[in-house]
Amino acid sequence: MARMKFLCDADRCIECNACVTACKNEHEVPWGINRRRVVTLNDGKPGERSVSMACMHCTDAPCAAVCPVNCFYTTADAVVLHSKDICIGCGYCFYACPFGAPQYPRVGNFGSRGKMDKCTYCSGGPEPDLSVAEYEKYGSNRLAEGKLPLCAEMCSTKALLAGDGEMIAEIYKQRVIKRGYGSGAWGWKTAYRETVAI
Amino acid sequence: MRRAVTLLSTLVLATTLLVAPGAFAPVQAQNPITKDGQNPMGAKPTADSVNEEFLFKNADKITGRVSIPDKKSQNLIQPQGREYQSFREGYLPWIGAAFILGMIGALGAFFLWRGRILTDDTQESGRKILRFNAFERFTHWMTAVCFIILSLSGLNYIFGKRLLMPLIGPEAFGALAQWAKYAHVYLAWPFMFGVTMMFVVWIKDNIPNRIDWAWIKAGGGFIGKKHPHAARFNAGQKGVFWMVAGFGAAMGVTGVMMLFPFALLDINGMQVMQVIHSLIGIVFIAGILAHIYIGTLGMKGAYDAMGSGKVDLAWARAHHDLWVEQEQAKTLSGPQIGGGRRHPAPAE
Repeated sequence: MARMKFLCDADRCIECNACVTACKNEHEVPWGINRRRVVTLNDGKPGERSVSMACMHCTDAPCAAVCPVNCFYTTADAVVLHSKDICIGCGYCFYACPFGAPQYPRVGNFGSRGKMDKCTYCSGGPEPDLSVAEYEKYGSNRLAEGKLPLCAEMCSTKALLAGDGEMIAEIYKQRVIKRGYGSGAWGWKTAYRETVAI
Repeated sequence: MRRAVTLLSTLVLATTLLVAPGAFAPVQAQNPITKDGQNPMGAKPTADSVNEEFLFKNADKITGRVSIPDKKSQNLIQPQGREYQSFREGYLPWIGAAFILGMIGALGAFFLWRGRILTDDTQESGRKILRFNAFERFTHWMTAVCFIILSLSGLNYIFGKRLLMPLIGPEAFGALAQWAKYAHVYLAWPFMFGVTMMFVVWIKDNIPNRIDWAWIKAGGGFIGKKHPHAARFNAGQKGVFWMVAGFGAAMGVTGVMMLFPFALLDINGMQVMQVIHSLIGIVFIAGILAHIYIGTLGMKGAYDAMGSGKVDLAWARAHHDLWVEQEQAKTLSGPQIGGGRRHPAPAE
């Protein structure tokens, strides 16, 4: 089985935010929730780079570890998913997540901040694949249709890569060799405890 | 006329381009990036580009700018999440188990060694003296009930998935944990109110003094038969008072920070709040276990103080002799009987 990962080539990202928009549209993500976002580093300075970031589907995922109700599970493709039926909205996964991926429908926690929502790698949740219940809770399930996450698929500069970790690392490696530079695979060390060796 | 001007300017531009192609050609002709990472524009993509390693040298997390209002999303990478993970899953369950089971074990051993602490009968046995009035008892029990539910629902955050979830299954546990969370969040308020009230009501009797030092040196009456002097509260009870006040305040502050996440703190602040809240919570529970033990099983006659509010005069004389003298001095004629009211004046 593949080990699914995301890799954002910051030297290609033009901060168009189309990945963010595509994600929101594809999954009909509620107002106030951003499963994906683009962070611009050194904004307005030489060497500025933008990185599109969502859940990295970590190895030994911190969110899954700290969850007091064990609502997370990892699929055969190494995608980290969760069950909204079990989630209690405590917010611990947000404290543990190195990438700020978990989102909550309400800002405050008085009473409840609601069920956590995050990037599903376009592969739904524990409900049967492509069911209405799955769509309503987690959005569409492109992986079940044999497609990759929409954010990466429609990236205009092909900065955002999604797919098997080894394959996307190889694509990135070739690019770096060809053009002579690369700012690295952002977040890989924290998420996967390895980086792309070039 | 307008069309003519447009046509003319187009012609001029075209001629310029045709006449002086050399001005544009070199840039297009060569590969913009040479081997050493230089390009004719003067930019050095390799050297100029920010990278993870460099940013982590300057700060402990990588932060940038986002075009959405959510300030939290400005953090690109915060590796502290991994540290929080290792504390919460690696250390916290062991710390929790060590403190709570350790306290239960210690209390069990103490019970086996010392047994139930009894009071010798005296001629004052059977007479009652009011120790806590209805308001004090109400405040105590409101706080106590909140504390017990907060403790259990709090421990559920650590141990629920390890102990309870395998027994009742994920769905039932999810529902239970949801209600436990609501209880934890809402009962925090009466608990904080109760702690504040107890602090106000009892602080005047809980200022440490020299009598407490003598009480501690004498072993508090736990060891041997002789009872050291004590006023309304002995040094041990004062310890419980200050523990509840101090830990209660710490739990309140860290808890409110978590009830209103990111209102004042950033992500690392939230992690620290959760760590403090869990550690103090565990020590607090262990401390209160000892308080419950000595107030019920550990000592005969102690529970009445918070139960009916009236304790046996012989017990009071043995444990709080200075307080009994004080109370009797108020009435001049023996212990107060009944709801704390003075004796009715004798008929003449």
